[in-house]
Amino acid sequence: MSEDKKKDIDQISGVETTGHSWDGLKELNNPLPRWWVWVFLVTIVWSGWYFVAYPAWPTLSGHTEGTKGYTQFKELQESQDEIRDRQQAYLERFNNATYEEILDDRELYAFAMAGGASAFKDNCATCHGTGAAGGKGYPNLIDDDWLWGGKLTDIHQTLLHGIRADNYDTRISQMPSFGKDKLLNRAEVEAVTDYVLSLSGTEPKDTFEQGQEIFRKNCATCHGEDGKGMHEFGAPNLTDAIWLYGGKRADVFESIYVARAGMMPAWGPRLDEPTIRQLTVYLHQLGGGESELDADLEEQEAPLPDEGQYKDAPLESPEYENPEEFETPIEEEDAASPE
Amino acid sequence: MSSAAETPNYNYDIVRKFTLATLFWGVIGLSAGVFIALQMVFPDLNIEPYLSFGRLRPVHTSAVIFAFGGNALFATSYYVVQRTCGVRLHSDKLSNFTFWGYQAFIVMAALGYVLGVNQSKEYAEPEWYADLWLTVVWVAYLYVYMMTIIKRKVSHLYVANWFYLAFIITVAILHLGNGLALPVSLMGAKSYSAYAGVQSAMIQWWYGHNAVGFFLTAGFLGMMYYFVPKQANRPIYSYRLSIVHFWSLIFIYMWAGPHHLHYTSLPDWAQTLGMTFSIMLWMPSWGGMINGVMTLSGAWHKLRDDPILQFMIISLAFYGMSTFEGPLMSIRSVNALSHYTEWTIGHVHSGALGWVGFITYGAMYHLVPKLWGRERMYSTKLISMHLWIATLGIVLYIAALWPAGINQGLMWREYNDMGFLVNSIIEVVVAMKPYYMIRVLGGLLYLTGALIMAYNVWKTIRGDVNEKEYATEQQGAAA
Repeated sequence: MSEDKKKDIDQISGVETTGHSWDGLKELNNPLPRWWVWVFLVTIVWSGWYFVAYPAWPTLSGHTEGTKGYTQFKELQESQDEIRDRQQAYLERFNNATYEEILDDRELYAFAMAGGASAFKDNCATCHGTGAAGGKGYPNLIDDDWLWGGKLTDIHQTLLHGIRADNYDTRISQMPSFGKDKLLNRAEVEAVTDYVLSLSGTEPKDTFEQGQEIFRKNCATCHGEDGKGMHEFGAPNLTDAIWLYGGKRADVFESIYVARAGMMPAWGPRLDEPTIRQLTVYLHQLGGGESELDADLEEQEAPLPDEGQYKDAPLESPEYENPEEFETPIEEEDAASPE
Repeated sequence: MSSAAETPNYNYDIVRKFTLATLFWGVIGLSAGVFIALQMVFPDLNIEPYLSFGRLRPVHTSAVIFAFGGNALFATSYYVVQRTCGVRLHSDKLSNFTFWGYQAFIVMAALGYVLGVNQSKEYAEPEWYADLWLTVVWVAYLYVYMMTIIKRKVSHLYVANWFYLAFIITVAILHLGNGLALPVSLMGAKSYSAYAGVQSAMIQWWYGHNAVGFFLTAGFLGMMYYFVPKQANRPIYSYRLSIVHFWSLIFIYMWAGPHHLHYTSLPDWAQTLGMTFSIMLWMPSWGGMINGVMTLSGAWHKLRDDPILQFMIISLAFYGMSTFEGPLMSIRSVNALSHYTEWTIGHVHSGALGWVGFITYGAMYHLVPKLWGRERMYSTKLISMHLWIATLGIVLYIAALWPAGINQGLMWREYNDMGFLVNSIIEVVVAMKPYYMIRVLGGLLYLTGALIMAYNVWKTIRGDVNEKEYATEQQGAAA
């Protein structure tokens, strides 16, 4: 194999070296390990088989197709079909059932819940949270406080068309920007802010009467004389402790001064009807949905604070924050108003 | 063994420079790795914009691969080519230029990443101006290396040089092929790649996979082929195996890139070729491991108390593991689960921390005393400590990311009996958190090992000897 013919045997292994030496390094003339050669050959033969069975080599007019007729698109199709078959086992019965029938049928109910949970995580969790507990500006869906109604039909409608979304059937309403548009002056907004806060139990201020009067004239149309809100207008209940945009005095002040208008896209164009129905059932059970029959259920609320309570209460405001920051209009709130 | 009289006047100065650069960039690159691992657990550590994950990730990968690994390859190749060719390195000036030129490239690249200048090609992130500069440096490297080989005093070329040469030439081709781009303006950093769409993806992974193949495999096999037999003081196990596995590795590696693009718009036939050539690559890769491990036959007893040899053997074990795992992951159905998951990161790090890191540490511990004319490293105990802390670090790292990846892949694809997707992306992210914590711990241990090494090297260069350790060894030998 080389010019130096003298045999050089390694003392320890007894194997001949190649006779070369570099910086003291030598090479033994061991053969290739048998198993190494065999495994190498097996991988080559296996690859040869794979070339025949699967698309493998480019040709002038395309590529070799392979005997198995494999394409990655077929593989995708097959695995998706398998998943769809699982749904298909329930889907027809689900589509033909009314909501009442679904709620009464264990299997269909489980199907709706599984589908709803899956669709919720994929579509709704971004704003409402994985646990559906919401956040500032995004309603909590696990309580029984509903802006636009908590009956199955209400929820279905809201999902389908969205809130302040881009279609004719969408849920829509707009609270006026009482301060910004100078419908009320600052003192009046302050007074009604304190009045609204008193509805949920904070101690009333000495402007209580004035605030109440302003509320009756300006707010009661949508929020009701008692402040319990109306689903028809998406007007929230102001007598509970649930605040979509925060319950601090400054938050409530801002809500009245500038107004709020959250929006939710219409899911009808994006999700199919069975998915909307699954989501409806899912959300309905999640948040203590309202029954279709007894709408009066929602009337069992805490009574207004009676006058005797606040007579002796201290006069200072609990959470007063500088209302000056609302002097300048807040642009985003403007943009959210309906077209 | 050649006597001192006939030892040529080797250029050790350049090897010393590259050795110190290796240690310096190693610590930087590993620290960056630990930091971005922390960002995965505590997103608040993303300090926008300069220190966000997106910008620091290429800092980490480039620093460990090209700065740490690259400088180690420069250092050892310049050392090995001189010693095995029996001549001084060609042109002191030019080799010095490759040193400063390469460091300048690293700084240019890293500054670019932090400032958001990045051509968004994985492991080829530097923009055109840095690419051009690297081309100049690399041509000088190839020239110095080739000229040294041409001037050699021995007729045959030692196997380590084949691998180093394959590494230098192929990296040049890869860099030129993948880097083709048109700058938007001469004064601006931005450029557009010559390739678009799926061709761009294919060229990128032809580059990316062969960067692993020729930078991190062939180059470091060159290192292995010199330092393992040298440290064990044994001949290479099989000359024939080294020839066959060298040529089969070179030939087959080139085709394997498409396995990075399974289930994408890359045509099925190209995916098939990538996968089958990866499978056929298994034995050619293992040839290097067999030759390295079997070289120790007749010297196994040395493994008991030589931590440098222990570094090398553990490194070969990780090399064998990751070159088995790679073909496995290239199989379509396995890849369907493993792709885009932490499993890939675990795989890469078993190769990078285990193989590339450990063979480099072994070579460096062998080199440093020789380069600075010391009898031995300052402390053998500290080498041992480095070895075990770093090994524990790797074990934690990969033991966290393998299950993390499989868990992640299974959660992503999980459908329930009724045909609905079970997990949302954020639920999978939350499930990863404990694994990410363990990864941080593993990375910290590995970094600690590197700091111990830096200390040990610093003491050795100063000429210190750990008297206490040395004294007890002497006593032991005397008793």
